[in-house]
Amino acid sequence: MSHWLITPVVLPAMLAAILVLMVREHIVVQRALSMAGTLALTAIAIGLFWQASDGTITLYQLGNWPAPFGIVLVADRLSTLMVLLTTLMAPLVLLYSMGSGWDARGRHFHPLFQFQLMGILGAFLTGDAFNLFVFFEVLLIASYGLMIHAGGRARLRAGTQYVLYNLLGSTLFLFALGTIYAKTGTLNMADLALRVAELDPGASAGIRVAAVLLLLVFAIKAALLPLHFWLPDSYAEAPAPVAALFAIMTKVGAYGIIRIYTLVFPPDLEITQGLFDTWLLPAALLTLAMGMIGVLGAARIDRLVAFSVIGSMGLLLSAVAVFTPDGIAAALYYAIHSTFATAALFLLVDQIKSRRGNAGPLLVHGPPIAGGALVAGMFFVAAIAMIGLPPLSGFLGKLLILDAATASPLVWWVWAVVLLGSLVALVGFSRAGSLIFWKAHQHGPDGPVDCETAPEVEDTTAQPETTQGPLSPRPVLPMIAIGGLIALLIALTVAAGPVNRMLAATAAQLFSPAPYVELVLNTPGKKIKADPHAGEDDHGAAADETGEDH
Amino acid sequence: MELLIASAVGVLTAAGIYLVLRLRTFPVIIGTSLLSYAVNVFLFASGRLALDAPPVLRDGAERYTDPLPQALVLTAIVISFGMTAVVVIIALGSWLSSDDDLVDRPALPDGDGHSPSLSEGDAR
Repeated sequence: MSHWLITPVVLPAMLAAILVLMVREHIVVQRALSMAGTLALTAIAIGLFWQASDGTITLYQLGNWPAPFGIVLVADRLSTLMVLLTTLMAPLVLLYSMGSGWDARGRHFHPLFQFQLMGILGAFLTGDAFNLFVFFEVLLIASYGLMIHAGGRARLRAGTQYVLYNLLGSTLFLFALGTIYAKTGTLNMADLALRVAELDPGASAGIRVAAVLLLLVFAIKAALLPLHFWLPDSYAEAPAPVAALFAIMTKVGAYGIIRIYTLVFPPDLEITQGLFDTWLLPAALLTLAMGMIGVLGAARIDRLVAFSVIGSMGLLLSAVAVFTPDGIAAALYYAIHSTFATAALFLLVDQIKSRRGNAGPLLVHGPPIAGGALVAGMFFVAAIAMIGLPPLSGFLGKLLILDAATASPLVWWVWAVVLLGSLVALVGFSRAGSLIFWKAHQHGPDGPVDCETAPEVEDTTAQPETTQGPLSPRPVLPMIAIGGLIALLIALTVAAGPVNRMLAATAAQLFSPAPYVELVLNTPGKKIKADPHAGEDDHGAAADETGEDH
Repeated sequence: MELLIASAVGVLTAAGIYLVLRLRTFPVIIGTSLLSYAVNVFLFASGRLALDAPPVLRDGAERYTDPLPQALVLTAIVISFGMTAVVVIIALGSWLSSDDDLVDRPALPDGDGHSPSLSEGDAR
């Protein structure tokens, strides 16, 4: 058994411990180690992706315990794709945080960043529902630290809300898992798939409740409409690199929905009939509409981008809710695209904020932006991608989703909301872009009038940047990081054909879960010694330990 | 026994939800703690209630209680304890830096109270 599969979890965990215990005072060493570790993760992710790209599913049994008893990690096409997506984005975000100095504005940025990566990658790889909960908590607790990195009044307030909201989400997750365990007696996803299929549909109120609770948990993470309230404040107030990293966190929710509802509660299961048509699709469309209206109504550029994230999650989930292989493939393409686009936009917003003096993130006439041409150009490209205009990947993703939606009875609703939403987002982004980049100093000879009357934005962290004056040379690393994200978007557009074939294969693998279940449950584990008594005792202790360790 | 456990979970959850809906951070944190107690008891009961039964194999034992929920509940307790500590610290930081402990959006500078709406709050 190869141990490569556990490295995406172990490497960041060890690295974070080293960073926090041994080199906490040396920011340069921290930066070097953190970057080296993240690049190593990217290499590992490429390796795992390559391994899974011919359809092989790889299994890793922790402590060699066989599946329904021990915890397993499973790398199939979907998992490795999400791992690769995370580790492609992470080095660029890290580069930005170094170039812009965000990582030095508070303590322990790099260890928390590594713990966050550990949680995200673990959540993508695990094949055990309770272990998924544990990795969710790992990524959440790291995100709490990152969210309030560098402090500040507004950020702490938003952080409190974010933590409380997610605490409630975790409680809900535990209730769902408890119900599932009470009904089926297992928490291994592959084992669950078998046992849920055997349940009597007539007497299944408990498992139905669990399925809905679980959907709610993932909907909180994915910021689905009635549960999205945590997102605008958190994303707008979080430090820019953190907000960019959070772009993958909403995708963790979407991943959870795709994984659990193809494997454990597949669409042809009688127990969960109607969950997607009746509830998820309308909620996703409302989310999309709400996000786009938020884009139009936002008074600050950072909140505008946060609302566009909600809109893009709505679009993504409406593709998921169609629940055909085409729909899932389209949703995955859009997920890759929107991760890069969101990250690029949040990083750009930070550049805009720090270059506009007093006006900061407010959408008012402000002073012109230092080195504005490059920032404006990048904002233009990223906004086009985010809205989904041709020629970039957002347009292709949207096209795929519209195409996949023809399988749904609500197709006209989907088309209407998506297309109108695009128009509204176009107006919102155009308004923001022209206010910030074109209408600077358009108030006659007395200069930026609005800037004087504009309310003070409380952003103490932007001060070191603004004191440099508008014309001093700017660090080049942040622009390289943003350029890298945009390059990834362009690559995704150019390589749309191969990527789509790969995603179609991914969706096909998800919709025929038999090999997955087979592999997880039929791989023999550790041989139990001659004395069955001792073996069983041992086993209980080992299971306990793995449970606590993660 | 069943009635006791079920009503304990119910009462804890109800009280927790009531407190979570309060305006200030302290009752909300107490509320999340109550909710996590409720979920711990619930998880413990998810392996069925068996009194005076060992969770591991033993000679002469006729029936067993399910050991897995106990492991799960241990993990859940550790995590919820850590999370509560984090939220207390963050809420304390928020209170110290802004002089009030409302969970919702900050009060406007002119003391106009806080805006319940998410986007309108920015239009100040």
